[in-house]
Amino acid sequence: MSEVTHIHEHAVGVSHEAHHEGHHHADHGSFLSKYVFSQDHKIIAKQFLITGIFWAVIGGFFSVVFRLQIGFPDAKFPWLETLLGEWAKGGQLQPEAYYALVTIHGTVLVFFVLTAGLSGTFSNFLIPLQIGARDMASPFLNMLSYWFFFAAGIIMLSSLFVQTGPFSGGWTAYPPLSALGDASPGSKIGMDMWMISMALFIVSSLLGGLNYIATILNMRTKGMSMTRLPLTIWAFFFTAVLGVLSFPVLLSGVILLIFDRHFGTSFYLSDIFINGQALPNEGGSAILYQHLFWFLGHPEVYIILLPAMGMVSEILSVNSRKPIFGYMAMVGSMFAIAILAFLVWAHHMFVTGLNPFLGAFFVLLTLLIAVPSAIKVFNWLTTLWKGNIRFTPAMLFAIGFVSLFISGGLTGIFLGNSALDIQLHDTYFVIAHFHIVMGVASMFGMMAGIYHWYPKMFGRYLNNGLGYIHFWITMIGAYVIFWPMHYEGLAGMPRRYYKYDIWESFKQFGTLNQIISIAAIIVFLAQFLFLANFFYSIWKGRKVTSKNPWGANTLEWTTPINPGHGNWDGEIPEAHRWAYDYGKDGQEFISQTTPVGDNESKH
Amino acid sequence: MAQAAVNTKWWGGGKSPFNVEYGKLMMWYFLMSDAFTFGAFLISYGTVRMSSASWPDPNHVFNAVPFFSGVHMPLVFVSFMTFVLIVSSVTMVLAVNEGHKGNKQGVIKYLFWTIVFGLIFLGSQAWEWTHLYHEGAWWGHNPFPNADGTVATTNFTNFFFTITGFHGFHVFSGVVINLIALLMTQNGVFERRGHYLMIEKVGLYWHFVDLVWVFVFLFFYLV
Repeated sequence: MSEVTHIHEHAVGVSHEAHHEGHHHADHGSFLSKYVFSQDHKIIAKQFLITGIFWAVIGGFFSVVFRLQIGFPDAKFPWLETLLGEWAKGGQLQPEAYYALVTIHGTVLVFFVLTAGLSGTFSNFLIPLQIGARDMASPFLNMLSYWFFFAAGIIMLSSLFVQTGPFSGGWTAYPPLSALGDASPGSKIGMDMWMISMALFIVSSLLGGLNYIATILNMRTKGMSMTRLPLTIWAFFFTAVLGVLSFPVLLSGVILLIFDRHFGTSFYLSDIFINGQALPNEGGSAILYQHLFWFLGHPEVYIILLPAMGMVSEILSVNSRKPIFGYMAMVGSMFAIAILAFLVWAHHMFVTGLNPFLGAFFVLLTLLIAVPSAIKVFNWLTTLWKGNIRFTPAMLFAIGFVSLFISGGLTGIFLGNSALDIQLHDTYFVIAHFHIVMGVASMFGMMAGIYHWYPKMFGRYLNNGLGYIHFWITMIGAYVIFWPMHYEGLAGMPRRYYKYDIWESFKQFGTLNQIISIAAIIVFLAQFLFLANFFYSIWKGRKVTSKNPWGANTLEWTTPINPGHGNWDGEIPEAHRWAYDYGKDGQEFISQTTPVGDNESKH
Repeated sequence: MAQAAVNTKWWGGGKSPFNVEYGKLMMWYFLMSDAFTFGAFLISYGTVRMSSASWPDPNHVFNAVPFFSGVHMPLVFVSFMTFVLIVSSVTMVLAVNEGHKGNKQGVIKYLFWTIVFGLIFLGSQAWEWTHLYHEGAWWGHNPFPNADGTVATTNFTNFFFTITGFHGFHVFSGVVINLIALLMTQNGVFERRGHYLMIEKVGLYWHFVDLVWVFVFLFFYLV
């Protein structure tokens, strides 16, 4: 047995060595091996980020186009026809195109931007840097993870250009609409491409997730015990576990859907008439798909949210110059959220005919999530309390995240109630809730992360002035867009409809819908300030002149300003304390690499 | 005593808390992920079956054995398949054991037999599928009546072919992976590396695929 132990340790040693050698090779590699097929986690992170930005622009633009339709249902926009052709015949968005845009907007933002763009970027970038590793456990699989994501994107993008259009049955892809090509044009080849794209995305997410888990568990530097990890790393860890355990269930669901579409099976189909014709399918259940989908779909919400939570915790603490309040409570509540994420999926299905008795348990479990969520919120607020706050753009976005998480979280308590859900299900109330709490909040977390770690990524700063303008327009705009939707939803206005002005009850919301649409356009345009700032600063931004510009404790700030592949020039530093010694014993901050002094007070 | 002192710092950083290298850790997590894929399939199957009034009786469906056409021998052939797969797990254990000893010839011998048994299983499955196909069963076609004599939906065959097919695909990938490991062993890759960890990882995957079969066997053939 002792021999085996020895072999294992040897193997661990070998893998560290291999990374170190990789560092020398990559630095002298060609452009292709350095920037395109790079195995450096920092380059892969930037690839994820820039691809994510590309998809965010596409998804955001789609929302602008369908918001134009909702806000101005009778107006004609000739430029839309120029841009979209058939989709906007006569300058008016066609119903089929409207549904396609809504569907692709949802798919792209949930999976490509807020999953791959968020945890793909920051898990890759921060895990090795903050735990003190030269690279990911398997840099090769890490690279593959990006290229699977890239391929998924190419296929999704191609589906926009096929004759019958991209899939248009909503990002949840419920059958029978998604299972029957005759049900709508978007359910033909567009749906096949959607599924292939998702399958590739699942592979990408699996490869990435396995790597994040193995790296965090195995490759921490000496002294970096689990309880000394920054909260970012804990968040990425739980995110990866959620992804590894929930995406496979979606894969199963999608495989069954493929069989229903092309091989004559009836997993999800039963008793269906289409164009007056009875289909032979019998014995399947459309609800089955919803269970499989939401078993992924709900954890997916936390896959999106947890990385933002982790980064916000770090940024709030650094910029308040105070230790994070309740470190272990933060870890514990993230753990609780990760567990509960798997036990609440049926709250998306209260009105499917779910047994109300069973529903009661899902109500209870759903409302339980409020406990760890509230713990986190109060810990963030108490971290800010009496802090020496530096209002950097990153800090503003982090505070904005907390605000949005509170606003959106409170409406979650309404929706988690199976009785209230009868009124609120599939209305604009739901749209408002999940956009604020998950969509915009996580986007704010991502922005906070970009502004905060940009100096580490590119060795230059983003322009602060533009950052402040970007923040305030986005912050105010987000509330202007989504706050009124609560009222529309309470009044019963359903989501996903093409036109609302033909209903007497929703005519009153005509002006409100216009205001929302205009705000959406302004917010979308404001993001170009950020984009200009982002790309300009990569080459021309103000240079970072010191290793640790924010005065932060974590290990990434002990690397050179522009770290090569391998991150640290000499030995990997050892961790001697947790990441949150701010304002301790009269010192502003004490890096994790500083040994604990003799007369130091306990933390 | 020194051992205990070291053990308290397993999670302190600078080493793997489970004393395994990263590849094995990733394999364990991958297997958990894969378990969820199969779990989703089997639970879907169970859900549809439980919500159906009646279901075909496996004793009447799976009653054929090669070379004994017309003889009613329920579950004999699938029991043979299951036995073969379990034996392949045993040979895999032996291969891993030889790897621990650093015995190249032993690893080659037992990996070879694991591959042979894997191929026998795949061949048997191909025969069974062909047999069922000739009886009129396929995706979307189910010739077998329910146990209570009523006409069955196609979901019996739909789930059978999808799930055993997905499992068969796993066995096939396992055989390919074993084959690669065999060639690497033969070329002395692991000997030069000084350890046969790769055989352990391949073995984990192989045992998992066997374990999944136990559940498939239970839910499709026995109940």
